[in-house]
Amino acid sequence: MTHWIVLPVVLPAMLAAVLVLVTRYHPVLQRTFSMAGTLGLLALALGLFWRASDGTIDIYQLGHWPAPFGIVLVADRLSTLMVLITATLAPLVLLYAIGSGWDKRGWHFHALFQFQLMGIMGAFLTGDLFNLFVFFEVLLIASYGLMIHAGGAARLRAGVQYVLYNLLGSTLFLFALGTIYAQTGTLNMADLALRVSVLSADDTGGIRVAAVLLLLVFAIKAALLPLHFWLPASYAEAPAPVAALFSIMTKVGAYGIIRVYTLIFPPTLETTQGLMGTWLLPAAVLTLAMGMIGVLGAARLDRLVAFSVIGSMGMLLSAVGVFTPDGISAALYYAVHSTFAAAALFLLVDVLRDRRGDVGAHLRDAGVITGGPLIAGLFFVAAIVMTGLPPLSGFVGKLLVMQSAWGHGLHWWVWGAVLGGSLIAVVGFARAGSQIFWRSHQVMVAEVPDGDTLPPVEAEESNPDLPAPTPPRTPVVAIGGVIAVIVGLTIFAGPVTATMQATADQLFTPAPYIDVVLNTEGKQIPSADYADTPDVDLEEEGY
Amino acid sequence: MEALVASAVGLLTAAGIYLVLRLRTFPVIIGTSLLTYAVNIFLFGSGRLLPDAPAVLRDGVDVYTDPLPQALVLTAIVISFGMTAVVVIIALGSWLSNDDDRVDAPALQQENETVDPRA
Repeated sequence: MTHWIVLPVVLPAMLAAVLVLVTRYHPVLQRTFSMAGTLGLLALALGLFWRASDGTIDIYQLGHWPAPFGIVLVADRLSTLMVLITATLAPLVLLYAIGSGWDKRGWHFHALFQFQLMGIMGAFLTGDLFNLFVFFEVLLIASYGLMIHAGGAARLRAGVQYVLYNLLGSTLFLFALGTIYAQTGTLNMADLALRVSVLSADDTGGIRVAAVLLLLVFAIKAALLPLHFWLPASYAEAPAPVAALFSIMTKVGAYGIIRVYTLIFPPTLETTQGLMGTWLLPAAVLTLAMGMIGVLGAARLDRLVAFSVIGSMGMLLSAVGVFTPDGISAALYYAVHSTFAAAALFLLVDVLRDRRGDVGAHLRDAGVITGGPLIAGLFFVAAIVMTGLPPLSGFVGKLLVMQSAWGHGLHWWVWGAVLGGSLIAVVGFARAGSQIFWRSHQVMVAEVPDGDTLPPVEAEESNPDLPAPTPPRTPVVAIGGVIAVIVGLTIFAGPVTATMQATADQLFTPAPYIDVVLNTEGKQIPSADYADTPDVDLEEEGY
Repeated sequence: MEALVASAVGLLTAAGIYLVLRLRTFPVIIGTSLLTYAVNIFLFGSGRLLPDAPAVLRDGVDVYTDPLPQALVLTAIVISFGMTAVVVIIALGSWLSNDDDRVDAPALQQENETVDPRA
């Protein structure tokens, strides 16, 4: 047992408390601590990833209680991979938040950011379904605060919808957990895997209901088609760094589906046959189509990016819905890619929104953008990545998804949606890009924004009579960092896909996972303790 | 007792869903509260209903009720309580800054607004 596994949860939790209580009025200290903590998290994630990279499965027993009775954290290939993605994204997003001054537009940005990281890390690492629910709530309650960071009417309205939708999702999650517990008497994932596989065939009503309910819960998080309504408004209205961080949140849903339906309800299980092929895959294909059509129809750039996130989740879940090791491996590659692609686009939208004055994110004519060529180049690259054109990682991911779908009964549907959706997305992004960068020359630059109620922070400190100050460079550096990760993902696509393949193989042979979780010795209580202590303790405590 | 608990869960859920589908934040929040009550009772029942049985080990007692659902319910109650408080505050903020408390967004009107979306 190694204690390193719990650190990705403990470090942000402690740091957040320090940020709220100690450095409350010291923005510089807050920024320093938050950045240092996030970099420390990256180091931890790299260490855990390295430990798991030879196929080892580590567990951590909280309080040293053995598995089905105590809560365990499990670090296998999939968990450490997701932790590493989050920890790589976090410092870049934080750098953007600091560079653009978003963190100063409201209270407690850094503390909420750390709590959000704590929830995400915990959700990826836990080996217990109820604990997964608790970490979902941790990441959600932090995300509620981040979502409405800096306030504003439109953002608060979108925030109410986001909170209510997720509140209903949490209630559904609890119903699913209650059903599972009533049928099996356990909520530990490894223990569940064993108990579900030995349920008698005529006693599976409850567990089938629970399997569908859990799929619905994760589908809400992953913005699958009939349950995606919360996403466009929330992501478009959220502050840019928050939206960029949220791009990992949809992957939490995808992670839940992959984890639960390989471990607890594996494809070989008779009881839940057809859940993936009959329900998830068609829904994912529709999600893909709808997301890309949304890209074409969006009247605002932030909404366009939000719809492209829905489309990319459809692509990811199509690969998951195939449910072969190849499919899962393609889905994981695409998950890494789409997290960073969406983050880069959300950050770019914010840069553009700041530099287009009054027009903001609306796809209408505006003045020339300061630093146009660089921003335009970054947007071009990010759009190529998101729509999956060669040569960057979107193309590789799309090929993997299509390859894995080949041979499945619905493969023409998947191929049609992937290729048609990409074409529509290319048109949508090309339209947006030409509107923003090319048509900008047709209007006079002299239209100084007069109704700009919330100017960029750097403008507040300078003299308003002077011409527009040079925009800060740090945000662009952060976006460049995200793009660099994407380029790295493309160049090292070979080793990365090999890792993903190994991860998928590990997921499809759950026996070692179950063995490690259930057969690790925990706390030994001498039997004499049972005999002596209860009477004494109970009477003294006044029971 | 089973019938009573089961129908309580059903009635609370039905009323909760009806209220959640309203357009104003107040009934929607009441609806989510009812739903969380329903799920709390449901979780409580998931350990089987066993009257007059303690959950903690005692001398001379042979029949125990399952203590785990009670711990789960306690966690769920705390979380849903906190979440309700958060949603009330956010809904209040939204009502004060939007001058109306509709839950659904008037999408078309919002798209045509010329104000800065960040404002």
